[in-house]
Amino acid sequence: MRYLPLTDDDRQEMLAAIGAPNIEALYKDVAQEVLLDKPVDLPTTKGEMEVEQIIAGLAAKNLGAGAAPFFLGAGNYSHHIPASADHLIQRSEFLTSYTPYQPEVSQGTLQALFEFQTQVAMITGMEVANASLYDGATGTAEAAMMACRVTRRNKVIISGGLHPHYSEVTATNAKFLDLKIVTNPADPEGLENSESLAAQIDDDTACVIVQNPSFFGQVRNHSQLAEACHEKGALLVVVVTEIVSLGAVMAPGDMGADIVAAEGQSIGNALNFGGPHVGLFAVREKHLRQMPGRLAGETEDIEGKRGWVLTLSTREQHIRREKATSNICTNSGLCALAFSIHMTLLGEAGFTRLAHLNHAKAIELADRLDALSGVDVINDTFFNEFTVRLSKPAADIVDRLAAQGILAGVPASRLYPGNDDLENLLILAVTETVTPSDMDRLIDALEGVL
Amino acid sequence: MSTVTGNRGLQLEEKLIFELNSPGMTAVDLPNPHEITNVESRLGNAARKNPIGLPGLSEPQVVRHYLRLSQKNFAIDGGLYPLGSCTMKHNPRLNEKMARLPGLADIHPLQPKSTVQGAFELMDMTAHWLKTLTGMPAIAMSPAAGAHGELCGLMSIRAALEARGDARSRVLVPESAHGTNPASAHMCGYQVETIPATDQGRVDLAALKGMLGDDVAAIMVTNPNTCGLFEDEIIEMTKAVHDIGGLVYCDGANFNAIVGRVRPGDLGIDAMHLNLHKTFSTPHGGGGPGAGPVVLSEALAAFAPLPYVVHGKDGFDLIEQADDAAEFSSDAKPYGRMKGFHGQFGVFVRALSYMLSMGSDGLRQASSDAVLNANYLMAKLSDLLTVSYDGPCMHEVLFDDRFLKDTDVTTLDFAKAMIDEGFHPMTMYFPLVVHGALLMEPTETEGKETLDEFVDVIRALAEKAQSGNTQDFKAAPRYTPRRRLDETKAARNPVLVWSPGRAPELQAAE
Amino acid sequence: MATVKFTEEHEWISMDGDVGTVGISDYAQGQLGDVVYVEVREAGASFNKGEEAAVVESVKAASEVYAPVDGEIVEANKALEDNPAAVNTDAEGDGWFYKIKVTNVSDLDGLMDEAAYKAYVAELD
Repeated sequence: MRYLPLTDDDRQEMLAAIGAPNIEALYKDVAQEVLLDKPVDLPTTKGEMEVEQIIAGLAAKNLGAGAAPFFLGAGNYSHHIPASADHLIQRSEFLTSYTPYQPEVSQGTLQALFEFQTQVAMITGMEVANASLYDGATGTAEAAMMACRVTRRNKVIISGGLHPHYSEVTATNAKFLDLKIVTNPADPEGLENSESLAAQIDDDTACVIVQNPSFFGQVRNHSQLAEACHEKGALLVVVVTEIVSLGAVMAPGDMGADIVAAEGQSIGNALNFGGPHVGLFAVREKHLRQMPGRLAGETEDIEGKRGWVLTLSTREQHIRREKATSNICTNSGLCALAFSIHMTLLGEAGFTRLAHLNHAKAIELADRLDALSGVDVINDTFFNEFTVRLSKPAADIVDRLAAQGILAGVPASRLYPGNDDLENLLILAVTETVTPSDMDRLIDALEGVL
Repeated sequence: MSTVTGNRGLQLEEKLIFELNSPGMTAVDLPNPHEITNVESRLGNAARKNPIGLPGLSEPQVVRHYLRLSQKNFAIDGGLYPLGSCTMKHNPRLNEKMARLPGLADIHPLQPKSTVQGAFELMDMTAHWLKTLTGMPAIAMSPAAGAHGELCGLMSIRAALEARGDARSRVLVPESAHGTNPASAHMCGYQVETIPATDQGRVDLAALKGMLGDDVAAIMVTNPNTCGLFEDEIIEMTKAVHDIGGLVYCDGANFNAIVGRVRPGDLGIDAMHLNLHKTFSTPHGGGGPGAGPVVLSEALAAFAPLPYVVHGKDGFDLIEQADDAAEFSSDAKPYGRMKGFHGQFGVFVRALSYMLSMGSDGLRQASSDAVLNANYLMAKLSDLLTVSYDGPCMHEVLFDDRFLKDTDVTTLDFAKAMIDEGFHPMTMYFPLVVHGALLMEPTETEGKETLDEFVDVIRALAEKAQSGNTQDFKAAPRYTPRRRLDETKAARNPVLVWSPGRAPELQAAE
Repeated sequence: MATVKFTEEHEWISMDGDVGTVGISDYAQGQLGDVVYVEVREAGASFNKGEEAAVVESVKAASEVYAPVDGEIVEANKALEDNPAAVNTDAEGDGWFYKIKVTNVSDLDGLMDEAAYKAYVAELD
């Protein structure tokens, strides 16, 4: 077995040094009746080539984004990743190191995390950011729980524009705690506004959670909502599932958000069938002590040289145990590094250009679709994702186009099953990877099935 | 000796990206959007007005920056990384290659199900291996890491108890447990109580029985435990908990010791998470991503969270909604959703690649070698270091700081001296049940030569400490990119983001 | 001169009328090591004896500080926000945590005086 360096001679020699007759003697604390005397019933060891053949066989059964005109988004976006980003994260010293608990031999990871935190704070317009959470959905749940700790209140109001998975994860996390979650109905047209949400805030309300751009692609300036929240002693949580949007859209911090929970997958990370992703989490400095997750902080060594350590650990589970701000330990370190490297490659000029390029392509497709009969763009605003109402159920159309090798978008019914009002809605994302011929094929195919 | 630059040969000082800024520079050449289309923005009144402040670098600068940063890290690829409870084993590159196949990396979780049958099959196959290795009938694949798995398992327990009519109020956790255990129980609305340990480093069964009652929802036990020992009374423990109507959660962080040797399902465990980034060789990546699937007993199977893959009538299907779950199986009562989309798929690919490579025979050999290696360290060091509990141990061996008594060298000093010798330290000051803990986990992917070299170094350091030479320990580490860092300063005056105008010279003068 | 009383949890309380100033003892700060943060509930918060009234943190530990008596906080020591080190340098002076309006002054009768506390601490070492 190629991963095991011990030889049989080594094993015998080592058993002799231990004074054990055989390996079974080392398992003497296990009751005999549960100790297995042979391997479990699974296939035996295989060489690299055979494993590659098996897994490549599974991969071949899937239709990849790169092999088809591709218009899916809904919280997971297909963007081009620079070759150097994926190369650098595979450096052994990044890939195969542990959480940086020994700072003297982890300065690389720690400095990269400090840079990541700074990038996230800048992009979201917030004061501090942590070193990542699992993903945007769990980050949203953490934001809701954090808002409850900060305000010492227990009610959370969720906008109808929040990704349904994010609402469900938040509701699941709240399920066994003394928290009340109020979820507004799906809002594809973007009819919710600061008045309608603010009217729901009462003395128990810890926060209002909105997504921008919304799940259906609507873009809003939430400044008035932030003011309304603050007047009533509640926090505003802004969720961003497409982080590229912030190259063109006003930052949540500039709108007055108190907590930003975002998904960072779009930058540096492949689709990966939905995971692993990277949760971005940023807050106002005054709420720092209630923030979940790890933090890298600047300090100096005994020679006075600048360096970095994990800090404010007393918020965390390994010290605070049941009183910790969260149970999170392992987070998304390598995905955060991929995000940070890609963002460094882009820089201000590249990131804003990428955003405007996405926006321009989305406008082009939206206008072309809107001109088709049987297709109506319902958004008054959007960034790189918008919703159309088709003349037929969207799921059927998507299946028919998939049969032609086109991945046309996410039918709203996939996430809101049984909701007749949403049955004909299709959500399409357009990133820089979409070519003019991809758009042509989509348009032609839609004309054929509508 | 100092140099003009502060560099020391191959060890290069590196600024922050914000200090390498050439405004306007980018390392990504993109088409100009205005050349493609010239239309009005659709951003309404929410267009960005302020600049972001991101620095601009060229590609060679970026590559050099991160390469230099990488050179400041210790890594398992470079040497023994004996962190107890962390299972720093070799991370095969085949796993990385497989995870990057376009048919796996470049697929979207909400594509039509017919276009991702291979992905569902891969999830199903991974689930089958994990269920078989643990002897458990069901699995929740979606938790993102160990702690997330704990929460998932406890929520399943709570949902099952609520379905029986009483969620109960207490969860019992041994004092040697990972901090995530009480934190997870608390997030599930339970009151946490601590079970004392015996002087043999195991759960005190009599004390546990004394604490049990019909208000106990569950115990959370780590087996093998954090002292590196198999809980020899685990079967009696799980029986006692089941007798009062409670359920048993097992922290599976140490599963690497028993894969292919013991199935947790045979021990009476009801839920256990598997750290794929420990036992199943997926890389730690400097702190994640991991994956923490949770295997479930018959008592909990119906409560597994959404989503999950099933064998449907037209191939594989994904159950994403409670209604679909009930339609597929009338007793299904999923308690909710843990995570966006379907779990850490990219980590599943790596873990499956590892399991297929190892096979049932290789996995059994791996756990045996892991246990052999730890016992070998114990045998070679126990005359000089102080073993906390008699062996045999499982895949990790626990020492305490009695051997440093009266030397003025602390466990921390000892660890830092190991760094100067080229080894990553073991886990220190955990578990909390012994004083000045040193927990060593060599894993099965270290050969005898490496272990012998490690033993020689540890012995030499222990003798040096006992001989009264404390200076080298107090000054260690001396040969690292940075020496001991001031954690008090970092915590008293937190600097968590770079801000313009704070040049390094100014900071040093503060 | 105000009388200072101590609890077994290493808090001190110094009375002035019905208002007590509360902090942790010099012995306790020595056990904690470098204090990096002190969290005190704001004025107006009221407690029963034994309830958590503050948290004091070092780099690697967080310890709850319990109210030694029933009462209501009238002032929190804001200076600790910028200078938590005062707990180390002057635990029983500038390093005070909060002032509490004591509901029953007789609650203090059960606490140790300085001599008794010194003897108690000597036993622990």
